[in-house]
Amino acid sequence: MINKHKLEEIFFQCLMIVSATIILGSLVLILGTVIWRGLPALNWAMLTQTPKGGYYFGKEGGILNAIVGSLCLAGGATLLAIAISLPVAIYLQIYARRSRYTQWVRLSLDVLWGIPSIVYGAFGFTIMLFLGMRASLLGGIVALALLELPIMIRGMDESISMVPQALKESSYSLGATKLETSLRVILPQTAPGLLTAILLAFGRGIGDAASVLFTAGYTDRLPDSLLSPAASLPLAVFFQLGTPFPAVQDRAYASALVLTGIILAISLISRLLSKRFTKHIIR
Amino acid sequence: MFNDIKLLGQSQARKRWRPSLEFKKKRGFLDRLAQQSMALLTIAISLLAPLMAVALFLRARPILAVESWRTLLFSANWRPLQGDFGFLAFIMGTLWVTAVGMLLAIPPSLLTAIFLAEYAPQKIRDVVMPVIDLLAGIPSVVYGIWGMLTVVPLVGNVVAPAIDRWLGILPLFHSENPTGYSILAGGVVLAVMVFPIIIAVAEDVIRAVPQGLREASWALGATRWQTIRRVVLRRALPGVIAAIVLGFSRAFGETMAVLMVVGNVPQVPHSIFDAAYPLTALIANNYGEMMSIPLYDAALLGAALILLVVVLVFNLGSRFVLTKVMQRQGQNG
Repeated sequence: MINKHKLEEIFFQCLMIVSATIILGSLVLILGTVIWRGLPALNWAMLTQTPKGGYYFGKEGGILNAIVGSLCLAGGATLLAIAISLPVAIYLQIYARRSRYTQWVRLSLDVLWGIPSIVYGAFGFTIMLFLGMRASLLGGIVALALLELPIMIRGMDESISMVPQALKESSYSLGATKLETSLRVILPQTAPGLLTAILLAFGRGIGDAASVLFTAGYTDRLPDSLLSPAASLPLAVFFQLGTPFPAVQDRAYASALVLTGIILAISLISRLLSKRFTKHIIR
Repeated sequence: MFNDIKLLGQSQARKRWRPSLEFKKKRGFLDRLAQQSMALLTIAISLLAPLMAVALFLRARPILAVESWRTLLFSANWRPLQGDFGFLAFIMGTLWVTAVGMLLAIPPSLLTAIFLAEYAPQKIRDVVMPVIDLLAGIPSVVYGIWGMLTVVPLVGNVVAPAIDRWLGILPLFHSENPTGYSILAGGVVLAVMVFPIIIAVAEDVIRAVPQGLREASWALGATRWQTIRRVVLRRALPGVIAAIVLGFSRAFGETMAVLMVVGNVPQVPHSIFDAAYPLTALIANNYGEMMSIPLYDAALLGAALILLVVVLVFNLGSRFVLTKVMQRQGQNG
């Protein structure tokens, strides 16, 4: 005899499996679409050349400018974000007492996480207007660093909070100051977690288009100084899609494939590294 | 004499075993210096959001001097060249796309989170969770391309005609737009982007519910689903709300992916098959010419300010509600 509750149970289980399948299926579909459309247009010249004259009408060239630009932008932004995030995370976990104040800082980090990337771009733009700067690599790096900050601090904050209290106390009992404890005990102990946070932020930075649109501009040349404009992969995808030529649009798909490849590589590296680095951890 | 030698010996011993005063001072000084500079950085970071609001407000002020808040927010009259800046069409575009996206995203992602936390064996979780993480990392332009290549044709050729035939009498589902570049396409893309965020957080929260609560419910004869609905979800409610708020923030401010599939027609939409023009797309599409038309830059940065204020209000408001809910839960045990 099948009663009402049993039916309800079966119904919802089916619903759950269907939803999980839809969600996993959508990932397969996204990756499949990008590979299927991008792979035919991808070739060596695209990866190793900058756009030549008439590139956006289907003539030869590549997106090296965007690849290098994106790596510079996201790399610089990540370095800047590390320089700010690490002290803030250490301060929140080691120096500051748990209080209304730290709660408030964490709340404002959550809010920052939710702020749209285009607003970071617009904010970066107002700062640049204020300083009289033009669209440049530096502007893009600053805007992206602001965007990466909340992601990175939250990740670092969480991984430092996992350090057992006894470990900190034994370091203090040997006479180490909080700074020495943070640098010599906490950092090696949390290296895998910190690295994951850094790579997560890097991935978010390299994939973001809206914040660099205002601040970094776009150029066909490789970036040569901090004050000259820089291209980026997401914008390369966007601009190539905007042209009416199918050949150029195919290159947009290929550029998207390159970007996806970088993201997949980062996620793979972070998995491998976080296993490698665990040997320094005291359990 | 002997005393002196003894003292000398002691002081040498001290020198050998104890750090000198200067060294101690230096360490203490470094520690204090680090503490103070870290505190300063932390304060600066926590003031970043208000600072952004002030900076955008200062840049948007010229337009507030010309137009009143009410005209800006509730007029659909958008002619920058004539100096008419009414954001209504764009605000409605943002609201529609976000609402459709969240409606499509919440049920399947919560069901999947429950499935992963409550039903799935460890093996499946080990495979699925990394995939979910991966989905979260995919850049928005890639979502946009997927939307253009698969969702837009699907909506234009299959979904819109079918739903228009069956439900076309209802204004919400009436289709006059054959292209497929529509609110529904934007909503689908947003939903897929938001899935991993909601799932990751909600799964965590649901798994954190103490096992004893479940066992008590099973012992009373409840089925697994009854236990989930009446016990687990009730306990996990604040966390689930937080997950939805995170997803909302992401969907609300998404620019590139939506811009590529939503059609970008400045009109107040009336059906999910109409094209729309969200605020984010407005800013991204027009940043190039904004310095050449008077007041245009102020208007666009004002649009960014609107986005920022909505996100701030929504986040703080939901936090307020959450603390209330948690307090009530605390009182009930």
